[in-house]
Amino acid sequence: MIAAIPRRIPTFAIRRRAELALLVLVVMAAFAVALFMTYDLKGSLSFALELRARKVAGMVIVGVAIAYSSVLFHTTTHNRILTPSLMGFDSLYVLIQTVAVFFLGSATFLSVDPRIRFGLETLLMLGMASLLYRLLFGRENRDLFMLVLAGIIIGTIFASATSLLTRLIDPNEFMTLQDLLFANFSTVNRDLLLVAAVVTLATMIYTSSLLNRLDVIALGREHSVSLGINYHSVVRRCLIAIAILVSASTALVGPVAFLGLLVSNLAYQFTGTFRHRYTLLAAGLVAIIALVGGQFILQEVFSSQTRLSVIVSFVGGIYFILLILREGRR
Amino acid sequence: MIEVSDVTKRYGPTTVVDQVSLTIPRGGVTALVGPNGAGKSTLLSIIGRLLRADEGEVRVDGLEVSDTAGSELAQRLSILRQENQVAVRLTVRELVEFGRFPYTGGRLTTEDREHVWRAIEFMELEEFADQPITQLSGGQRQRAFVSMTICQDTDYMLLDEPLNNLDMRHASQTMLLIRRMATELGKTVMIVLHDINFAAYHADRVVAMKDGAIVADGLPSEVISDETVTEVFELDAPIHYLDAKPVVAYFAIQHHRE
Repeated sequence: MIAAIPRRIPTFAIRRRAELALLVLVVMAAFAVALFMTYDLKGSLSFALELRARKVAGMVIVGVAIAYSSVLFHTTTHNRILTPSLMGFDSLYVLIQTVAVFFLGSATFLSVDPRIRFGLETLLMLGMASLLYRLLFGRENRDLFMLVLAGIIIGTIFASATSLLTRLIDPNEFMTLQDLLFANFSTVNRDLLLVAAVVTLATMIYTSSLLNRLDVIALGREHSVSLGINYHSVVRRCLIAIAILVSASTALVGPVAFLGLLVSNLAYQFTGTFRHRYTLLAAGLVAIIALVGGQFILQEVFSSQTRLSVIVSFVGGIYFILLILREGRR
Repeated sequence: MIEVSDVTKRYGPTTVVDQVSLTIPRGGVTALVGPNGAGKSTLLSIIGRLLRADEGEVRVDGLEVSDTAGSELAQRLSILRQENQVAVRLTVRELVEFGRFPYTGGRLTTEDREHVWRAIEFMELEEFADQPITQLSGGQRQRAFVSMTICQDTDYMLLDEPLNNLDMRHASQTMLLIRRMATELGKTVMIVLHDINFAAYHADRVVAMKDGAIVADGLPSEVISDETVTEVFELDAPIHYLDAKPVVAYFAIQHHRE
């Protein structure tokens, strides 16, 4: 399953391979988007195109946000398995929303502009995420498997708390909540789409100056410090970026488990390098291909009503188990 | 000059480094020796700003290490620890290139590439230069990391058991190289050594630690004596002399019966 690595790979060849991989991914992503936009158009052209464009925009933003946050998370935690979603970050976002509806009531909650709501929720996410990070990664010695375990438990706690609240809540409120939380790729809020796009783009720019330093961070804390990196400041900035990106993607389509794990690891394999200027982009492109292509196949080929996130979770889950097994053998 | 004053480090109730003060002038090789758990690595990590001291301070050329910008310090002082596991896939050359990071921020010039190649040659890694480090043996990987530290080209180099995992040939060559860096290039090397005989033969100064404190400090011939070896290592080993330098024959001790 892993591409065979030649024993000797000169530096220029590494770069050329990564660039080639990016090129192929760009072409594939463009093809997927073009196909999704133009296949079997019926009725009012402008209406159909607008509807599809919105769906594609939603998938692109979600894909890029999840891919970026996963790669950043991998680098800052020095592993290739944990992703923000496995550590319960998106369950946390869902919990925050549920708590808000539970205590404020859906009428009050919905009367607030979705953009302001998103802003407030993101702030809360930032606070909680940094707390979580300090709890889990603050100590000097961390065992990866303990962390996986802790993350799964924390995620389950958040999810159970959410489910408890939804049981206690008024059924009408519950319906509203359902609409909020389980919005799929077909029903993306237009106001939110713009905000999420801006926020995602801004976060990408915010982290773009870190790329070279992130390459060093991947060596581990001690080497980074010895090479003069302000380790904590870079990690903190990454964590802020991760919390914002998770908020953006979860606000748009709800949690998509395992997508980040899948696309980031595929990106590492395709590019064959650890350099972030390649891996981040490649992961984003793989995510776009998976979401747009997957949604297309689901709609047109299988004409099925199954949600894409279910399939992503299924494939990603199997991949997760394989990765864990491989990591365990080392 | 490295000035360590009253540095203390505790982990819970255990004091690992206990009010240590030490001055290392510019130049020369200073070896830190002592039994396991004496606090050598912890002290080295504190000097190299990988750990924060609970009390006391460390100055390098007058700069207090805990509040000097990391990028500035990285051009003066490098530290290599003994566990060197890397989760990502990269080649020896890519690893060694990181040694230039404090100067370049990631963009290498032709001159930097020459530095990188010299460092690779120093450690005899030419034939492995373009191999992923995950495919190397433990000793080869260790040499790749030493090579990165050499490439960082700092005045002060802190090395925590760099001879670990190396076979006889590479251990003695690495030690000779470290010796040469001090003698020919004027580097100041502080090195934690597991094998006291490397310290005895190659170091200019030996600092012996036990239970978090310095118990002996001086020329190898002064420090490595029957009394200190017995006291520090709790080992009754005969000392021989080779080129007028002490050799502790710890592998030749007899099994004593009471």
